[in-house]
Amino acid sequence: MYKIVSRKELNNSVTQLEVLAPLVAKKAKPGQFIILRVDEVGERIPLTVAGTNPEKGTVKIIFQIVGGTTEKLNHVMEGEHLQDFVGPLGTPSKLEGLKKVCIVGGGVGCAIALPIAEALNKMGAHVTSIIGFRSKDILILEDEFKACSDKVVVTTDDGSYGYHGNVTGPLKEMLENGETFDEIITIGPLIMMKFVVATAKQFNVPCTVSMNPIMIDGTGMCGGCRLTLNQNGKRVTKFACVDGPDFNGYEVDFDEAMSRSRMYSDFEKHAYEETCNLFKKEVQ
Amino acid sequence: MAIIPNKNPMPVLDAKLRATNFEEVALGYSEEAAVAEAERCINCKNRPCVAACPVNIQIPEFIMKVKERDFEGAYQIISESSSLPAVCGRVCPQETQCEGKCTLGIRFEPVGIGRLERFVADYHLKNAKEAPARVKSNGKKVAVVGSGPAGLTCAGDLAKKGYEVTVYEALHTAGGVLVYGIPEFRLPKDIVAKEVETLVQLGVKVETNVVIGKTLTIDELFEEMGFDAVFIGSGAGLPNFMNIPGEGLKGVYSANEYLTRANLMKAYSETADTPISKGGKVAVVGGGNVAMDAARTALRLGAEKVYIVYRRSMEELPARAEEVEHAIEEGIDFRLLNNPVEILGYNNPENPRDPRNGCVEGIKCIKMQLGEPDENGRRRPIAIEGSEFVLDVDTVIMAIGTSPNPLIKDTTEGLEVNRWGGIIVNEENLTSREGVYAGGDVVTGAATVISAMGAGKVAAQGIDDYLSK
Repeated sequence: MYKIVSRKELNNSVTQLEVLAPLVAKKAKPGQFIILRVDEVGERIPLTVAGTNPEKGTVKIIFQIVGGTTEKLNHVMEGEHLQDFVGPLGTPSKLEGLKKVCIVGGGVGCAIALPIAEALNKMGAHVTSIIGFRSKDILILEDEFKACSDKVVVTTDDGSYGYHGNVTGPLKEMLENGETFDEIITIGPLIMMKFVVATAKQFNVPCTVSMNPIMIDGTGMCGGCRLTLNQNGKRVTKFACVDGPDFNGYEVDFDEAMSRSRMYSDFEKHAYEETCNLFKKEVQ
Repeated sequence: MAIIPNKNPMPVLDAKLRATNFEEVALGYSEEAAVAEAERCINCKNRPCVAACPVNIQIPEFIMKVKERDFEGAYQIISESSSLPAVCGRVCPQETQCEGKCTLGIRFEPVGIGRLERFVADYHLKNAKEAPARVKSNGKKVAVVGSGPAGLTCAGDLAKKGYEVTVYEALHTAGGVLVYGIPEFRLPKDIVAKEVETLVQLGVKVETNVVIGKTLTIDELFEEMGFDAVFIGSGAGLPNFMNIPGEGLKGVYSANEYLTRANLMKAYSETADTPISKGGKVAVVGGGNVAMDAARTALRLGAEKVYIVYRRSMEELPARAEEVEHAIEEGIDFRLLNNPVEILGYNNPENPRDPRNGCVEGIKCIKMQLGEPDENGRRRPIAIEGSEFVLDVDTVIMAIGTSPNPLIKDTTEGLEVNRWGGIIVNEENLTSREGVYAGGDVVTGAATVISAMGAGKVAAQGIDDYLSK
């Protein structure tokens, strides 16, 4: 069992947990993920490591409530325990040699982007962060990004804060004004990453994406997390759990990834409602 | 006494009934049936069955004990050689091993050795009152990576010799393929849990949720954790696909994923949170045990039609004979000498938001014929030009093998692997690294439970020799 050391609601659908898992805390690097189960009948879900404290032996995760399991996870309180917590999984982000980088995060993806921005900052790289949200009331981690970035642009789809529009707007403007980057690293919804890649391509800037497909074991066994890359005219199957989760955005078949990510959307919707009903009943 | 030509039949659940639930299909011998079957053994001198057993169980000896109704005595003989008798009695391909070489089998049906082994093991699990005696520690520590059949066997053998053994398991439950791969109706999970519990009683420590190669490396096991030797039995890795168009469609699974959802995550149960496609029409591609398991699982999850699509004929089907028999009885439709060339998906050009877009709606196959034997002696299948046809299905499960798991080779310097990524070992199952042994699917690629157990056994002997020097 893995103890929740601290719990903080970042907005009304995004929560941060600090979990006691010393072996994971010692090893995890930016870009890697963990798999957890909330309880004995729970499913295994992958969540990217949002930070570690090796001295305290804790691992920070940030999640958004999107279905039954994340709803359940949101009801585990400080001092309570998770059934299973395993990691670190996946390959760490490759940051060596990068001097000038643009981080583009969307929604809860910003939580995953933050440790990468922090690591780059520590390495002495110049970091520009563009972080996008639907609206101001779900904005998270602005101060944290400011602390590790040379420049931060916040965007909101509804214009309630910062730049009015989505993340590709300011990215495109910067590139058009002659700004250069060694690499753009983007983490967020698939559709957002697809358009960030398209923008990067226009200006010939390398672009790394962090994929978060459906996954079960996370250790290179089940093959559920496969995605297709287009490499030199050939379609190649890769597995996010061992080959990723970071991939060259130019190569990823986003349309297939988006289709596959919706495989269980009906089930998820139903599971979410069921879980909510259960908690409502408990409250009554 | 006249020889009884046929095996005592194994009672099984009715095919129609069992195809709708996950209860164990084969019910096991009664004491009377077991004794009667044991009496068929002629206790021949040359004992070909023992030589054909990958872990060399003293088969005639245990059968003689059954004949004398000393079932616990029979168990003690088996457990000298095997750490997982209740498992082997259920999943070993006996027809190509012990029973395949049985002297009685030359003229009649062989002795039902597998059925007797299962009977004896089940008798013990049900009736044994005392925990197995722990051997005094010799102070030496061995780490076992993976709690599948190879790892558990190696751990059991070493614990019996006094080693302090810790088994590291990446998943949340111990058992490896015995819990994530082989379905409940063929190998009940409480049997696996009891076999693991027996090892724990012998002093073996089991640590779940530790991924060797990630959470800890092989080097750290030696340097920081103080282990004197390591056995790697991390098992099969990533599933193979055919690289045909349509494998990225919704409704295409690897058998590993499908079976893991159904078995480890218990997706068949109402209380489990893990989803799986249920019902509809299912094509399983492949002809091994994993393919049979996937097909029969699909049926139990409510599929109206399940096909096995295999490119060779019934004769070359690599699955265990009993599983094929059971699959046929349950109504699995074998489409032999057929090879998939494309998986077809639904696409509604009028409505890009149609939720059916990107879902499987068929599998296009081509008919095959058998040509000349290949280097393994199996006749090579050749496509018959222009014979393509479409099977109407909404789920496709690829059960065409796996490649060895890459996590350990990628993080262990000096560990040599072959060009498929399998760890290279010598006849003692020693790898290119001192004190590091390996066995099972991580060495051979996908094979059987018993061959993995055999490998674990050989490695345990190798480790004992190495640490006794």
